[in-house]
Amino acid sequence: MSKQTPLHDVHRRLGASFTDFAGWSMPVRYSSEIAEHTAVRTAAGLFDLCHMGEIELTGPEAAAALDRALVGHSSKIGVGRARYSMLCDENGGVLDDLVIYRLTEQRFLVVANASNVHGVYAELRERAAGFDTELRDASDEWALIAIQGPASAPVVAKVTDLDVDALKYYAIVGGTLAGREILLARTGYTGEDGFEIYCRPSDAPQVWNDLMQVGTSHGLVPAGLACRDTLRLEAGMPLYGQELSREVTPFEAGLGRVVAFGKDGGFVGDGALSRRRDEGPDRVLVGLASTGRRSPRTGYQVFDPATAEVVGQVTSGALSPTLGFPIAMAYVRVGLDQPGTRLVVDIRGTRHDVDVVALPFYRRPL
Amino acid sequence: MSVPTHLRYTVEHEWLDVQGDVATVGVTAYAADAIGELVYVDLPAVGTTIDRGQACGEVESTKSVSELYAPVDGEVVEVNEAVLAEPALVHTDPFGKGWLFRIRVAGPVQLLDAAAYEALTGGE
Repeated sequence: MSKQTPLHDVHRRLGASFTDFAGWSMPVRYSSEIAEHTAVRTAAGLFDLCHMGEIELTGPEAAAALDRALVGHSSKIGVGRARYSMLCDENGGVLDDLVIYRLTEQRFLVVANASNVHGVYAELRERAAGFDTELRDASDEWALIAIQGPASAPVVAKVTDLDVDALKYYAIVGGTLAGREILLARTGYTGEDGFEIYCRPSDAPQVWNDLMQVGTSHGLVPAGLACRDTLRLEAGMPLYGQELSREVTPFEAGLGRVVAFGKDGGFVGDGALSRRRDEGPDRVLVGLASTGRRSPRTGYQVFDPATAEVVGQVTSGALSPTLGFPIAMAYVRVGLDQPGTRLVVDIRGTRHDVDVVALPFYRRPL
Repeated sequence: MSVPTHLRYTVEHEWLDVQGDVATVGVTAYAADAIGELVYVDLPAVGTTIDRGQACGEVESTKSVSELYAPVDGEVVEVNEAVLAEPALVHTDPFGKGWLFRIRVAGPVQLLDAAAYEALTGGE
C-alpha cells in the first residue's frame, strides 16, 4: 500500500487522479495536464511535493561532512542560500541529485528524490562518520508545497509576513504563512519563478487552502505530477532515473559545473570525476526537437542517418505543450551533439527525423 | 466514474455501440483518465480490414503511449476526423464526441456488459 501525503484528502476533494510514484500515492492531474502546464507558464500552479525526502545535518562539522560527501562545496553556501548538488559513488556515478539549503551556520537541509531518500541517508551517514555532525532523516517532519509560475510572488506575498520581493533565487528564509511556521525557498523545477514552502505536515492542508483561496483570482490551479514532468522537460532539467543514474557522471549530463575539485580533503568520487573531466565523456546529454507529431520516448534508440548506426538513447520525451512540437532529451555520442545535427529516432518501428537543439527548450521571458 | 449501460466493453478498455452490423468504437472514461490528455491519435484507415485483438492504432498523451486493439473482426468504415484534429476530445468526452472509429462487424462479438466492465475496473 503506497503512502499518502498529508494533502491526500485535499486532492481527493479536488477530484485528482492518483498515481503511484516512488512508493507514494501522488496526484497525477486534477483535470487536464495541459491546462495545468499552461497555467504554470502563464499564471501559477500548486504542487504537492510531500514525497520528497528531507535530511537534516547539524553541528560544527556539518559543512565539512557535506563537502566530503557531495560533489559541491557546501561550506561555501551562505546562510539562507541554497545550492544544487549531487551525491556520487566512487566511480563518479550519480546516486542522487539534491538541493542543499543552509538554514544556519551549523544546520543544513538536504532535499533528496523520494525514490532515493533511504539510500542517500545511509550513504550520508557513512560518509559523515568521524565528523562532528548529527544526521537525521527528517522526511516525516516536513511537508513540501511548491507554487510555481509568474503569479507566484504576488500570491505568496498576500499570505506571508515575509518580504517576498527581497527573497532571491535559490534563497530560503523562515517566517509564517497564514500564522503557520514555514520555510520559504525561491526554488523550483518548472523553469518559472516560484517558491517551495516547507511546513509541518499537520499544517499542510491549511497552507494549501490559504494559497488556493488567495491564488484563484490570480489564475492559480492545483497541478499534478504529469505537468511537472513536461514543465521540467521543457526547462531542460534532469530527472533522476531518466537523465541521471549511476551509469553517468555529472559530466555526461552537462552538469560538470556542480563538481568542486578544489576542496580540502577531497570528496567521494573525486579521482574518477577528475579523470572524466580531463578525458571528456564519450556521450553527452542533448536536446532533440522533431517536426512530426509523435514523440520520442524514454529508451527509444537514436541513429546517425549517415551510417544507420545506433548512436544514443532517449531519456525523456513528450509533446511540448508550450512549443507545440515533440521534444526529448537523449544521450548521444560526442561529435553528434552540436545543435543543428540531424539524427533519427526509431518511434515504435518508424524512423523519424530529429534535430539536436540547445537546452533548455524553453526559457521564461524576463 | 459512471459506465453507460447501453454500451458494450472490452478488457482493453474500449467501448462499442453496436447498431445493426456497424459498431462505433471508443475508449472508456477509465482508460482516458489512466492515459491522460491525448496529444496524438493514430487510427486505422477507412477500408482497412482488421482482426479482433490486432493492434490497429495508438493514442499518445504527454505521459505515455497506448495501442488500440481491434475489438471485433471487420472493416473500418469511418474514422472520427474531429478526434484526429483535436485528440483532447477523447479525454473530455470519451463516450461521446471522443469516439474513434466505426467498423462493419464481420465476426463474432464477445463483449462485456456495463456491470462486468465496472467489476473489472474495481467499480471506479
